[in-house]
Amino acid sequence: MHTLSIAELAAGLRARKFSARELAQTFLDRIAQHDGALNSFISVTAEQALVQADAADAALAAGTAAALTGIPLAQKDIFCTQGVRTSCGSKMLDSFVAPYNATIVDKLQAPSPQGAGMVMLGKANMDEFAMGSSNETSFYGPVKNPWDLERVPGGSSGGSVAAVAAGLAPVATATDTGGSIRQPASLTNLTGIKPTYGRVSRYGMIAFASSLDQAGVVARSAEDAAYVLQAMSGFDPRDSTSVDRPVDDYVAALNGSIKGLKIGLPKEYFAEGLDPGARTLIEAAIKQYEALGATVHDISLPSSPLSVPTYYVVAPAEASSNLARFDGVRYGHRAEGAKTLEELYKRSRGEGFGAEVQRRIMIGTYVLSHGYFDAYYLKAQKVRRLIYEDFKRAFETVDLVLGPTATGTAFKIGSKTDDPVAMYMNDIYTIAANLAGIPAMSLPCGFVDGLPVGMQLMGNFFSEARMLNAAHQYQLATDFHKQSPKGFK
Amino acid sequence: MAHDILHNSEWEAVIGLEVHCQLMTHSKIFSGAAIQYGAEPNTQACAVDLALPGVLPVLNEDAVRKAVTFGLSVDAKIAERCVFARKHYFYPDLPKGYQISQYELPIVYEGKLTIELEDGSTKTIGITRAHLEEDAGKSMHENFSNATGIDLNRAGTPLIEIVSEPDIRTAQEAVAYLKKLHQLVVYLGVCDGNMQEGSFRCDANVSVRKRGAAKFGTRTETKNVNSFRYVEKAIEYEIGRQIEVIEGGGTIRQETRLFNPDSGETRAMRSKEDANDYRYFPDPDLLPVVCTQDYIDAIRGSLPELPEAKRARFEKDFGLSPYDAKTLTSSRELAAYYETVVKESAADPKLCANWVSTDLLAVLNKSGKEIDTSPISAVALAGLLQRIADKTISGKIAKDVFEAMVAGEGGADDIIKAKGLVQITDESAIIKAIDEVIAKSPEQVAGYRSGKDKLFGFFVGQVMKATQGKANPDAVNRLLKEKLLG
Repeated sequence: MHTLSIAELAAGLRARKFSARELAQTFLDRIAQHDGALNSFISVTAEQALVQADAADAALAAGTAAALTGIPLAQKDIFCTQGVRTSCGSKMLDSFVAPYNATIVDKLQAPSPQGAGMVMLGKANMDEFAMGSSNETSFYGPVKNPWDLERVPGGSSGGSVAAVAAGLAPVATATDTGGSIRQPASLTNLTGIKPTYGRVSRYGMIAFASSLDQAGVVARSAEDAAYVLQAMSGFDPRDSTSVDRPVDDYVAALNGSIKGLKIGLPKEYFAEGLDPGARTLIEAAIKQYEALGATVHDISLPSSPLSVPTYYVVAPAEASSNLARFDGVRYGHRAEGAKTLEELYKRSRGEGFGAEVQRRIMIGTYVLSHGYFDAYYLKAQKVRRLIYEDFKRAFETVDLVLGPTATGTAFKIGSKTDDPVAMYMNDIYTIAANLAGIPAMSLPCGFVDGLPVGMQLMGNFFSEARMLNAAHQYQLATDFHKQSPKGFK
Repeated sequence: MAHDILHNSEWEAVIGLEVHCQLMTHSKIFSGAAIQYGAEPNTQACAVDLALPGVLPVLNEDAVRKAVTFGLSVDAKIAERCVFARKHYFYPDLPKGYQISQYELPIVYEGKLTIELEDGSTKTIGITRAHLEEDAGKSMHENFSNATGIDLNRAGTPLIEIVSEPDIRTAQEAVAYLKKLHQLVVYLGVCDGNMQEGSFRCDANVSVRKRGAAKFGTRTETKNVNSFRYVEKAIEYEIGRQIEVIEGGGTIRQETRLFNPDSGETRAMRSKEDANDYRYFPDPDLLPVVCTQDYIDAIRGSLPELPEAKRARFEKDFGLSPYDAKTLTSSRELAAYYETVVKESAADPKLCANWVSTDLLAVLNKSGKEIDTSPISAVALAGLLQRIADKTISGKIAKDVFEAMVAGEGGADDIIKAKGLVQITDESAIIKAIDEVIAKSPEQVAGYRSGKDKLFGFFVGQVMKATQGKANPDAVNRLLKEKLLG
């Protein structure tokens, strides 16, 4: 069961080949069997999963089920889930049980017709407050890459990808502020999509950098991703930055022809720094697209080299503000025995936040400080505008932009933890899409030394359907995405 | 009577006021929680107000509408596009660790308000800006030992902070400005104006300089002075203190001070060096607010008649004195009451004005009531004045009927009937009474006829007494003259 696609699972449930309860139990058993090695879940919600599965079975029997009713998923632990610990990978929220559901949790898990009726298996591990590219900053310990347990799965959605790659969940939610869906998808042979900023509600998703954060999906195929993204997307009156515009039919769009699709290849994404093995695979993928009838065009995104420094001003600035609420007063970690208010703040935050989070709060506080604001924050906003203009210009001539997702394959756990800047460079190809607000995805395009490599597709605003279509057509012609890690068959 | 303490002094004060004005919306500025005053602690704080992880603000459109309403009423500019910014500081009653406010692009800017001074002259005070923001919660230090209670009911209550130019020169001008502003926001229905509950709060920026000096002195900010009287006292204290410090060779420190109403003094709370770096930046959770010309015009079209215009109209249409017109337009409710009285009776509007501004207000003052809880409705008062107009009763009898109405004895007509107060206009009955009086008072008749005109009053009094005051005074005068001279 754990190797079936979402469409196959849905068909199986409808044909009564298996019940939602059996399906949930299968995955819960696999979690029990394998997650000791992976550490992909912070919380496993077995009891609740079976209750939801029973409700799904009832809905299936009553004929009130939605397309995804009864299909299990893992929720990244950044989404508030009522009655379930929502830790965001941090000691700060180790004791925090959310009293409400994030909008996307309701959309995915509420019974039909209010929601999609999916079954939550548990809360996936992640970098603390989504700050990291290796899942090593989690208070709950690093997540292992199912393709090589000595390597990182990428981050910050490391738990989400490890769980799906190892077949512990058919699909998982994830979030992406600078690449946190795409880079881990690339490192674990998954298809991950970050939609247009504003396409999916941020309500109930614990904020890291509000103007960059966007929720999405990691799945084993573009088709699976399309089903779940469809159910998550849409306007939410509780999120002022969500966009009131109808959601395209992603699933229906999958099968369209991509003949004549114009793909742009930004020269900045193929410059030095890209692993030669990965480059070879991406060049092969380009050939594959040409074979499918797409045309390729050399383009330039001249402001690309400024993405990482711009991001590391904007994101920490917003984070330093968003994380100010974690003060030990109303919920979360509170230091014991503090004698003054100031001591309570300092110690609660000092004890509750890990080193990377503290580093980013300090950077963010610095760049927003009186006398530095113009030189950093304001300047970064201007550069951000330039990055957006680059894409705007590109999409006047091409439909999609194609390039690498990551600089190479998964690296060894611990190999970059002492060098934050080297770690930050992991996101060199992914950050621009967040700064511009455009949708982007990663999909598997081969292996180097047995480790997966992903390629990235970026599209214009609200072109998710076209991107998923292009990814699906590629996946119909290739079988990289069908490979799964040994040991988790 | 208040005086400018710096009158004829070589010093002058420079004062600017910041007024925090709670908007009368149904719910909070960024959440759906209610904003009733006085609820049990933390019963009006939802997930958004508690700043739970993951929550997001959604702007209450009514708060925008009220801010624009205010802006238009002070001839201010309304920003086509304004932006919310986060103002950061740590305090337990500030759940997010930042307050959502406006910084570089406020919704209202460059307005003005004209005040009247005691000598009758007017002065225009500039309004620099008015920006939208959320209120913080309350820290409660009483009733807890070794702990502080936090009540977040107030957190997220919509405010406009109205910042004046440093155009004010005396405590009296400051009070006049505040009163005018207070009347205006209450008139507009933007704020309930309740100073005791903190709906209308003032911070005063005060500095002093030698009269004629071009540069401002160093200013202090006195916080949260919550009555007009305290504002006057706090500013006067601060002016006096600053002059004393400077004349004693000291310098003024830029600092925040707190007014103590018991001692009438201000004391230093924190100096500028301790001030937070608020690290303002545009709130990425909220979109810029765009006010289109159509939106602004629609609000302009629905503005109520403002005090000034109403006053002018009352003077013109009803022939009222400037004093009466000012009194009767001091609140929207009183003005509406007066207009109902005029409309519902055929009495002279000036007579109506006298009754409302003198008799009725005296009753309200005495019983501590407001016009909207008046024991006599506007229609009921109109009923009484109608009986004066149609000569059913005299003005003098009307006072008695009014008293009876206040006492709850019923409507004017019921009382007039029950007490048999209908004016005697039947001339034969009046002549009969006159004849009796003349017959009983031969000496006075002789005196009057010999030229003692003053005795006329005696006869009027006697006739009125004989008719229990009900005789029509005009008829009595006329008929008495005829009889005495005849």
